[in-house]
Formats: sequence, structure tokens, C-alpha cells
Amino acid sequence: MIKIVDLHKSFGKTPVLRGVDLEIEAGETMVVIGQSGSGKSVLLKHLMGILKPDKGKIMIDGLEITRLGEEGLQRISRKFGMLFQSAALFDSLTVGENVSFGLERYTDYSPAEIGRIVAESLTEVGLEGIEGLMPYELSGGMRKRVGLARAIAYGPEIILYDEPSTGIDPIRADSINDLINDLKRDLRVTSVVITHDMVSSYKVADRIAMLYEGRIIEIGTPAEIQASSNPIIQQFIHGRARGPITDR
Amino acid sequence: MKRRHRVPLLLGALYQLGEVGILLGKTLRNIFRRPFEKRIFIQQIEEIGAGSLPVISLTAAFGGLVFALQTYIGFHRYIGVGSEAYGGPVISLSLVKELIPILVGLMVSGRVGSAMAAEIGTMRITEQVDALISLGADPNRYLVVPRTLASVLMLPCLTLYGDIIGIACAFVYSTVIMGVNRIIYLRNTLLYLEIWDVASGLIKAAVFGLLIAVIGCWQGLKTEGGAEGVGRATTRTVVIASITILIVNFFLSRALPSTI
Repeated sequence: MIKIVDLHKSFGKTPVLRGVDLEIEAGETMVVIGQSGSGKSVLLKHLMGILKPDKGKIMIDGLEITRLGEEGLQRISRKFGMLFQSAALFDSLTVGENVSFGLERYTDYSPAEIGRIVAESLTEVGLEGIEGLMPYELSGGMRKRVGLARAIAYGPEIILYDEPSTGIDPIRADSINDLINDLKRDLRVTSVVITHDMVSSYKVADRIAMLYEGRIIEIGTPAEIQASSNPIIQQFIHGRARGPITDR
Repeated sequence: MKRRHRVPLLLGALYQLGEVGILLGKTLRNIFRRPFEKRIFIQQIEEIGAGSLPVISLTAAFGGLVFALQTYIGFHRYIGVGSEAYGGPVISLSLVKELIPILVGLMVSGRVGSAMAAEIGTMRITEQVDALISLGADPNRYLVVPRTLASVLMLPCLTLYGDIIGIACAFVYSTVIMGVNRIIYLRNTLLYLEIWDVASGLIKAAVFGLLIAVIGCWQGLKTEGGAEGVGRATTRTVVIASITILIVNFFLSRALPSTI
């Protein structure tokens, strides 16, 4: 279970998170929606321990990770897999080396076993036999899927998705949605998905939380969010140019 | 008013010095920790060592040539005809203790330090450094330690290579072109040039290697603001590393004994 309590973060004098409270149950898929620049990615990076909060705490299965040092964070990072917005593949490594990166660090598998898992992970994201290619030889969508293969290869308990459908055609985006649902169903993976894409949100979410002005302003099932009486939620989920968000 | 500006400037400089100090301390501590990134270390050995050979060959050769030329003129003008053969030890001493280590340091900071800043800076702005953390790799152990070790090991090797090239070029210029007696030139050089002179130059080079790698990695890891930020980081690396090398060289020259 992930518990975020009163999380604050500023960059310089600009406050980004102003007291985020959020609880995510084990095996649940939580989708966090919000405008560009609302701090969704910042929130995700706090979960990974990449960023340290100015105030507040994050508990993972009862362990407060915000107090952990580098060694402690490295140990707990085994629980997480992260798909980055830009895929963040290592330029100097082949696709196969990228996908095996976590496996080599987190497991004692033999090179043959690692090779097999890499091939399986790539097949799962629809990219068989590209282990030898370099990241610069891939399209944006392929890079994203390799990033996903890298995130799931070592079997993490929690997967963080930063804009998983951005830069991918709608059909591929839907196959990623299916993959998120498969991972939840088959492996009981807990997922936190950051997205603007409401179609994806409704398809994968158990619950949706809206981040607005540094706080979670509403949380509920997809049906509850769609039925929300909050005009901010309504403007965002329907993608209207006019409304309380833009009229401020 | 002026005083108000000076204080933040001084604080900024101290802050940056503190950042480098922390990175250096962390790197030295991590050198003895596992896992050691052998593949990146070997890549860097090749990049810093083999990749720098052409530029070091040229700078050492022309450094040796110009030093031989000016020493010949100096001895010829101020001591007298025939004294030029005594320039051998002077040239060799200056080359191995000062000129070659500094030239190698400056060349490598321009070629390798800037590349380190650019590569790590690009990794930083494209979230690859964050990806390292998410995959259980400490960016310091993965990026900084192998580069620092390779740089500390390769700078003395390049300096020794540069010493040989520089001394050989100075010898050829003095004896073949300027007609200095080669027996006296060689005998004096071998008589007065001590192993410690070469070793002290190599110690300096190792320190320069440490500075170049730590400054390049520090600038890379703190890169912000896209392609412009990467450009800024590479420029700063060359400027800061070059100035630091010149300043540290003076203090090392003072601290290292002239003979043992």
C-alpha cells in the first residue's frame, strides 16, 4: 500500500505540490490526472525517491521512504518499475542491454535466463527480436514500449507510468492499456498512472485522482469522476477550453 | 551597494565548492564499493587514453620544439656560443615537471571533460539519470566513479607519453636543426634529469585527471534547461577545469619537493 501524507515540494520560489494526500491500495490502479505542469510527474518522482519532499511523507507498505538514505532507497527501488514520459532509454546501450539493466542489478539470473526474460518482455510489448538495435534506431512509440519492457522485466510490485500513451498511436496506446490491466490481473501489480488521456484513464483506472493547484481535489472511481459536480473536474475530463480552470 | 553584491557572489562560490567537495568525497568512498562498472571503465580508458593520443602527440611535439627554440636562443644570447648544449637538462626538466602535465591537463579538459559534461548533462535532461535510480543503479557509482578512475589512471600515462615526444622533439630540433653537440646535450640531460622529476609531473597529472573528471561530472549532473543547459555545462567545465589546473599546478609545484 502507498500512502502519501501532506506532501509539499517547491522549486525555487515556485510551489508545485502544496499538500498532496493520497492512498493507493495494493493491486489497485490509480490514475492521476491534471493539467500540464500541475506536478504529476513531480509526484511520481517522489514515489521513486528521485526527489525529496520539502514537507510530508510517503509510506510504502508501512515504511517511510522519505526518511531513507541512498542505500535504503536503492533497496526499495527493487519494488518499483517506472515508465518515463520520454522513455529515458540509455543511449549508449542496445535495446537488449536496456531491458536487462534492472535484471542484472536486481536478480541472480544467468545470462541465458536474462536473455530469455528480455525476449519475453519485448514480446509482451509487441517488439520481438529487436534486442540488438540502438535506441536512436527506434521510433518514439517503439522507444516508449522498450521503456515499458525495461520497467516490467524484473517483476516489480509497483509500476509507475508517466504518460504511457503519449507519442503512441491510438491502437498501440490501447494495447498498452491492455498490458496495464493484464499486469494488474495476472501479477496483482499496483499501478500509478499519470496521464491526460481520459480514454486510457477510464479503461485502466480503479480510481482516478485529480491534481489541481498542488493538491488532490477529487478522487473516485471512473464513474464517480464522470458524475462529479465539480466544474473543474468537468472542464478537464471533457477537455473544454472555457471553464473555471482557464477563466481564473 | 557593492558590498551587497559581493556577499552572494562569495556565498555562491563557497556553495559550488561545497558541491564539488561532496561529489569528490562520495566518489572516493564509492571507488571501494561494489558493483564496479568495468564496461564503462574500459570504455573511458579507451576514450581518454587512446582517443587523446593524436592531440597529445601534436601539443607535446610543438611544446618541445618551441621550448628548445627559446632555450637555444636564451643560452646563445646570455651565456654564449657553445653553451646551448647545456640547455638539454633545462628543457627536459621544464617539460616533464611543468609544461607537459599542464598541456595534457588542458587538452584533456577540453576534449574529455567537456564530453563528460555533455554526455551526463544530456542523460540528466532526458531523464536517463532518473532511470538509473529507478533501476537500482547509483548515478555516482555508474557514471562518476568509472570516469574518475579512468581519468586518474590515464592522465599520467598520457603525460609520460607526452614527456617522451616532447623531449625527443626538443633533442632533434636542438641537435639536428640548430647543430648543438648531441653527446653533450644527451650526457647533461641524463646527468641532471632525475626519476623524481618525471614522477612529480606524473603525480600532478593524476591530480589533474581527478579534477577534470569530477568537474565534468559535477557540471553534467547539475545540468538544467535543455540543449542550452548542456552547452553551458560543457563550456563551464572547460573554463573551470582549465583555471583550476593552472592554480592547483602552482600549489603542487610549491608542495612537491624539487628532489628526493
